[in-house]
Amino acid sequence: MNTGKVLLGLLVFPGLLYALPAAWLMLWIERKARARMQGRIGPPFFQPFFDFVKLMAKRTVPLPLFNAVLAAGLPILAGSSLLVALSLLPVLSGSGGFVGDLILLVALLEVPALAAVLAGFASRSIFGQLGGAREAVLSIVSSVPFLTAAFALAMSAHSLRLADIATRPIAAARWPAVLALVLCLPMKLRTNPFSLVNAEQEIYSGPLTEYGGSKLALWDLAHGMEWVAQTGLIACLALPLRSGRAVQDIVLMIAGSFFLVVLLALTASGTARLKIKQAGRFYWSWGLAFSLLALVLAVFPR
Amino acid sequence: MGVIDGLVAKSRRKSPWLFRLNSGGCNGCDIEFSACLSPRYDVEQTGALLVGSARHADILCVTGPVTQGARTALETIFAQIGEPKAVVAVGNCPATGDVFAGSPVIVGPLDRVIPVDIYIPGCPPRPNDIIEGIAKAVATLPAKGIHARKGAKKGGPAAK
Repeated sequence: MNTGKVLLGLLVFPGLLYALPAAWLMLWIERKARARMQGRIGPPFFQPFFDFVKLMAKRTVPLPLFNAVLAAGLPILAGSSLLVALSLLPVLSGSGGFVGDLILLVALLEVPALAAVLAGFASRSIFGQLGGAREAVLSIVSSVPFLTAAFALAMSAHSLRLADIATRPIAAARWPAVLALVLCLPMKLRTNPFSLVNAEQEIYSGPLTEYGGSKLALWDLAHGMEWVAQTGLIACLALPLRSGRAVQDIVLMIAGSFFLVVLLALTASGTARLKIKQAGRFYWSWGLAFSLLALVLAVFPR
Repeated sequence: MGVIDGLVAKSRRKSPWLFRLNSGGCNGCDIEFSACLSPRYDVEQTGALLVGSARHADILCVTGPVTQGARTALETIFAQIGEPKAVVAVGNCPATGDVFAGSPVIVGPLDRVIPVDIYIPGCPPRPNDIIEGIAKAVATLPAKGIHARKGAKKGGPAAK
């Protein structure tokens, strides 16, 4: 892998230059779609950007029990690991990659959840701790079908390289795997049927209750990038959106990501929050059923 | 720096995050306040958002006449909101004590406890009035931010 390609992936596409505006756009689409579904007009187009700038320029009241290095370091860790995860996505055919980069990608995508758990407990707030505990439980629960589906895709492609998974034909295992991955999305992005972690009106903002100002802005940005990375992963790896031509591939990947965002926003506004037991049962039954079906189809192709 | 200052001021006008606190009232104003977020009034189209944590908020909306029990909570929550911030007194109670005035358990009106920027009269005020009050409070935020920064750097070269 040469350095130029890595930097291009990290800083231009699908890295910073794409991820930053896309994160704000996805956060806006989510809020706007929810408002339209409720018969409201919803926030203006630049709303997430203005929220970010305002929070960055806002002062925070320091908390004596909240370690300042942890408070600032955790959102930066979450955002930067998502950025690296995004840069690994093989949107352009022939964009390098290495054997086993699927494992690195999956690990990097778990870092924000881990950072959120740590943030909740480090903030020493009862609501932060509740949110952190919920995040820990639910990320384990949803990781099982997520990892099984990702592994089924890798088995079908006979490779742990992302570029191979994206380009090789994955016949029968594809659609159950896509379904399992999409089912995991609302949990990973904490949107409505599974918004237990940041459950507003219940535990305030979960792990982020004690955050404020620029650190909250960084968390919001990391959350937006989580949207870009998680939807990008499915659009790039699981969905059959490949044409072979570079520009068309990029457009298809972006279109697929935004389609998933709209789908998630509509699901979120049409559903109510589940209990943690119900959420767990949902992933252990439906999520695991589809991912295991994908795995079986991958191991025993017709 | 002019461009960045302008952008920050504009962002403060465009993104007021609200925190609501009932300091011992009858809940009537809170119901009208909730109506602001409903489809009919939809305060979110101005960028406003109701947040659950005081540390995320810009504007503290207080209802109720401030009882003895609510005083500590009110002061703590006010201290947790980062600068620039504004306080809106929603309804007659925080402004005057209204029907609770003279009660031995009332320490209000609100401006005896924390500084108030905007008063919205009414028992309860209409959602239109609450939105107008919030909009007036939002307009005070950009100037507050600049004052807060100059105050912090007092004596330094940037103070001029």
